[in-house]
Amino acid sequence: MSVVADSAALPADSTDMVSVRAVHKVFGHGHDAVHVLKGVDLDVARGEVTVILGPSGSGKSTLLRCINELEEITGGTVVVGGDLMGYRQDAKGTLHRLHPKAVAKQRSRIGMVFQRFHLFPHMTALENVMEAPVQVRGLSKKAAKQRALELIERVGLSDRMDHYPAQLSGGQQQRVAIARALAMDPELMLFDEPTSALDPELVGEVLSVMQDLARSGMTMIVVTHEIGFAREVADHVVFMDDGVIVESGPPAEVLDTPKEERTRNFLSHVL
Amino acid sequence: MGDVTTQTNASGSDPVPNRIHARPVPRPGRLVAAAVVLVLAAMAANALITNDNFRWDVVWLYLRDVVVIRGVTWTLVLTFASMAIAVVLAVTLAMMRRSDNPVMRWVSWLWIWFFRGTPIYTQLIFWGLLGVLYPRLSLGIPFGPEFFTFRTEDVITAFWAALLGLAFNESAYLAEIVRAGLTSVDPGQTEAAKALGMKDGKIMRRVVLPQAMRVIVPPTGNETISMLKTTSLVVAVPLTLELTYGTSAIGNRIFLPVPLLVVAALWYLLITSILMVGQHYLEQYYGRGFGTATGRRGRGKGPGGKQAAIAAAGTVQEDVNREVTP
Ligand SMILES: Nc1ncnc2c1ncn2[C@@H]1O[C@H](COP(=O)(O)OP(=O)(O)O)[C@@H](O)[C@H]1O
Ligand SMILES: [Mg+2]
Repeated sequence: MSVVADSAALPADSTDMVSVRAVHKVFGHGHDAVHVLKGVDLDVARGEVTVILGPSGSGKSTLLRCINELEEITGGTVVVGGDLMGYRQDAKGTLHRLHPKAVAKQRSRIGMVFQRFHLFPHMTALENVMEAPVQVRGLSKKAAKQRALELIERVGLSDRMDHYPAQLSGGQQQRVAIARALAMDPELMLFDEPTSALDPELVGEVLSVMQDLARSGMTMIVVTHEIGFAREVADHVVFMDDGVIVESGPPAEVLDTPKEERTRNFLSHVL
Repeated sequence: MGDVTTQTNASGSDPVPNRIHARPVPRPGRLVAAAVVLVLAAMAANALITNDNFRWDVVWLYLRDVVVIRGVTWTLVLTFASMAIAVVLAVTLAMMRRSDNPVMRWVSWLWIWFFRGTPIYTQLIFWGLLGVLYPRLSLGIPFGPEFFTFRTEDVITAFWAALLGLAFNESAYLAEIVRAGLTSVDPGQTEAAKALGMKDGKIMRRVVLPQAMRVIVPPTGNETISMLKTTSLVVAVPLTLELTYGTSAIGNRIFLPVPLLVVAALWYLLITSILMVGQHYLEQYYGRGFGTATGRRGRGKGPGGKQAAIAAAGTVQEDVNREVTP
């Protein structure tokens, strides 16, 4: 059995919300194989905000997508909220791939916000937020609507709830997308460059919603280039390059006194 | 900002003090072209109405004939029933084409290859001959025991032969349309739905198909109109109840084929017109939410037709542009 399971005792430390151990991700096979994640370890404690920095193509999105199983990992383990993601381990230690239904259920506890929002364009903002609770949880329309109204108010869009995504600005769309993810009452939120597709003047409104969320105690992993946000909101900052975590620590340490050359190099470009 | 506009408009004064009142570019060619086309149209109408060979009195008489109306009914039944079966088959085929399972992909490919690759007329003749080629149909294990057996004629009547013949052929074309529609939906939509914990079936029904419909509906409307007229080929089965056969039979009997052809043509035109209205509303319905967005950031480009429809539905405030930049 695995070295992996020894080093990461499976019923993870109860304060750890996310525990990523020795994760490898290879896309494709044979000649076309691309080794994107090359052994990533990451722990995120309950209620903590971790910001991931790193140059484009370093595997940040892939790591997020592996955490909620949008991608199947090639090696290692991902444990979220004490559950091994995507697999069941029997008494002998053999892994069995979970049924898609079980995978979907695991995913429903993790919210994800995308760079390009990906709101459902044929539904109004309100319908977008109600969709998953009704279709996945089987909540009544009435209950889902009530909850959706609260969330839409929380992201400051009560007056826009009957608008279609095409009728909203990018910043408004992203706030709806956050509300949509929150509607499933996730225990973990993943953000993949949530402000990168926004016009500069709209970045602030999205970041402030995220900041409120962090303050409310949500566990978050945020991929972003907003150094100011990292400095102010993050408990941990992780710097990734070329499929590995190069450096991690409290924001002041990683951002102001980086130990690694690659980190310094990157920061000098984005700051 | 919007309020200012409203106020100035309400007070009646022009908010643009130096509004341009220019003469449009002269375009004499447009007038001439319109005149020529109108004259030609009038000539065509005249040629139709005043030509006694058309026997408009006979046309008018048979337009409401019992046999003709029955023919119209059968044509409609064949059209809608075969399209309904074809749509269900097509969605299944399109999903099989996208399946992970290679057997599914191949069967789907083979089906489309065969039914698109052979003439519908030939297919219909074969459906008619089914009872001769296979006198008995049975349900069982291939090369093994049979559980049920039927006489083919009892199960596949001329009507069912015609219906299935039309539906199977159409399913091949529709499958390609559906596939194009499914492919047109941004994969990010599926990702977002997955991330919310939705299962594949739900994602298809709630997220992908409704968006694909925007691409699927217009050509499917076209196919329905085309099917309306393809039903006249079921005489190959033979099924002799629909409009074309009915009218031409009357025409031959009373030695006036031309007016009866006109009768059939008028009925087809009427039904097509109704179908076009229906298609318009379907397109509007499935276009909801897609009115303004062209850019990825959802920047409004001004209210278009579909946008106006959404506004008319009262689901959004009227001045859509105003909402883009708060
Ligand atoms: N589905 C895929 N197939 C093949 N290569 C991929 C796929 N997704 C990502 N990659 C590759 O993985 C690398 C990391 O991508 P990504 O995780 O998106 O980086 P980042 O988000 O840090 O910019 C890139 O080189 C990209 O080309
Ligand atoms: Mg990325």
